[in-house]
Amino acid sequence: MGKVVEIRWHGRGGQGAKTASLLLADAAFNTGKYIQGFPEYGPERMGAPITAYNRISDEKLTIHSNIYEPNYVVVVDDTLLASVDVTAGLKEDGAIIINTTKSPEDVRPLLKGYKGKVCTIDARTISIETLGKYFPNTPMLGAVVKVSQVMEEKEFLHDMVESFKHKFAKKPEVVEGNIKALERSMQEVKGL
Amino acid sequence: MAIRERMSGNEAMAVAMKQINPDVVAAFPITPSTEVPQYFSQFVADGVVDTEFVAVESEHSAMSACVGAQAAGGRAMTATSANGLALMWEVLYIAACSRLPIVLACVNRTLSGPLNIHNDHSDSMGARDSGWIQLYAENNQEAYDNLLMANRIGEHPDVMLPVMVCQDGFITSHKIENIELLEDDKVKAFVGEYNPKYKLLDKNNPISVGPLDLQAHCFEHKRQQAQAMMNAKKVILEVSEEFYKLTGRKYGLFEEYKTDDADVVAVILNSTAGTAKYVVDQYRAQGKKVGLIKPRVFRPFPVDEIAAALSRFKAVAVMDKADSFNAAGGPLFTEITSAMFAKGVFGPKVINYIYGLGGRDVKCSDIEVVYDKLLDIACTGKVDSVYNYLGVRE
Repeated sequence: MGKVVEIRWHGRGGQGAKTASLLLADAAFNTGKYIQGFPEYGPERMGAPITAYNRISDEKLTIHSNIYEPNYVVVVDDTLLASVDVTAGLKEDGAIIINTTKSPEDVRPLLKGYKGKVCTIDARTISIETLGKYFPNTPMLGAVVKVSQVMEEKEFLHDMVESFKHKFAKKPEVVEGNIKALERSMQEVKGL
Repeated sequence: MAIRERMSGNEAMAVAMKQINPDVVAAFPITPSTEVPQYFSQFVADGVVDTEFVAVESEHSAMSACVGAQAAGGRAMTATSANGLALMWEVLYIAACSRLPIVLACVNRTLSGPLNIHNDHSDSMGARDSGWIQLYAENNQEAYDNLLMANRIGEHPDVMLPVMVCQDGFITSHKIENIELLEDDKVKAFVGEYNPKYKLLDKNNPISVGPLDLQAHCFEHKRQQAQAMMNAKKVILEVSEEFYKLTGRKYGLFEEYKTDDADVVAVILNSTAGTAKYVVDQYRAQGKKVGLIKPRVFRPFPVDEIAAALSRFKAVAVMDKADSFNAAGGPLFTEITSAMFAKGVFGPKVINYIYGLGGRDVKCSDIEVVYDKLLDIACTGKVDSVYNYLGVRE
């Protein structure tokens, strides 16, 4: 599966991990890729651990199973590190991207011996400073694109402006903040 | 030019319904099909369709309203899953015997119990003898395409039967994937107008629909209904050919994937067939002669064609995402072995796997178990177990 990039998202119900996976699918689609974006539906409760997935490829995708050996894992809430085996199956030549105020060196001991790349991003601070509220999914989206290089950065940012204009047609004032959140997270992600 | 888009299987079905622009949609929400009428009701509210949306109080009422609307001379559509389909049950049979070509988007979900919202095929497989045509879809594209063809198939004068278009709940209904859409005007021209020969709202030619029908004529009516299902096969192929000319996307009664020189094949419906295609590619790269047959049309069942196709292989695994609880094989298995027996095809060894019940994820490694077993049977000629369960703890 050389040409397929597989990403697994871990978040908590209500934080927007599912939305982030769909936004990433959208962005990759806009750059001409074949995409899949899908959540694993379980009990739908605010705060409960949830999982979502992306496959991104230059060729048509036919697999319809969940993802067990992802290239990248995104953790939207670092409190999950204590309760969910977030690195399960994660490829060592891939990376894990965690929303936390800690440094990559500080979180690595929590990752059950994972030897691959560990990246961290303070999505809370970025979100509050750019959007005025805690919506971690936009900064996480920027970080995953930066780390995975699954699409070209400038092309991605350009497409996201259009995407946000469409998504927030009724709230145009938040477009600028979301773009800033993306740019900042792409600059501030640690552990590259 | 096709329109390059990305959307979930549910949205794809709702967009197809928007482009068909039926006279009536009557629906009651149930997971995982809820989004279909949800998207569609937005189209109604936005005025982009002319449809009368009937927000009924149950699925029994949804199908009853569709029967009334279609008998009146209109085009009626609905969507449901699992227990919603079960609650429609008695009206499904009435729609079929009244020869009303209603179209139903069925988003496959486990029929309770145990209570479970995830995918298997126990809902639509239970309705297999209700007299509805059944088309199955691997992904959002096929769900969209099958729905666009459904009216043309069901409304053909030689058929006049309702059509159910099935896709896998959550697995494809809630997965965003690439899709190619047709332009609205092309769909409108392809689907055409519905002008039934008999309708309740034709005061110059009054008719009754659904009267008492006892020993004198009931059997003849059932025989005509059976004939309509036999006729449907040819019509499905004709409509699919026309659709191919319009879109370049080819559909038959079933799809054959890498079967030309295959020794063994698996027969799989819906989304799992996509996963199996990936495994077939991997095995082919290792020189293993494996293939896949994906039925698209389950009703009418393509007895002659599937028996002839399967006669070429040494071993066949029929995969059922529903159990018949007959202690001897799932519904697809019994249909296929029956077809092979009736057509005198005794060469291939045939085994059955029940898999993925209640939404149990079907991994590539599960499909590999099936192909490894088939290759072993092809090599030794020995079958140790015909009726098997895949991916279950026991």
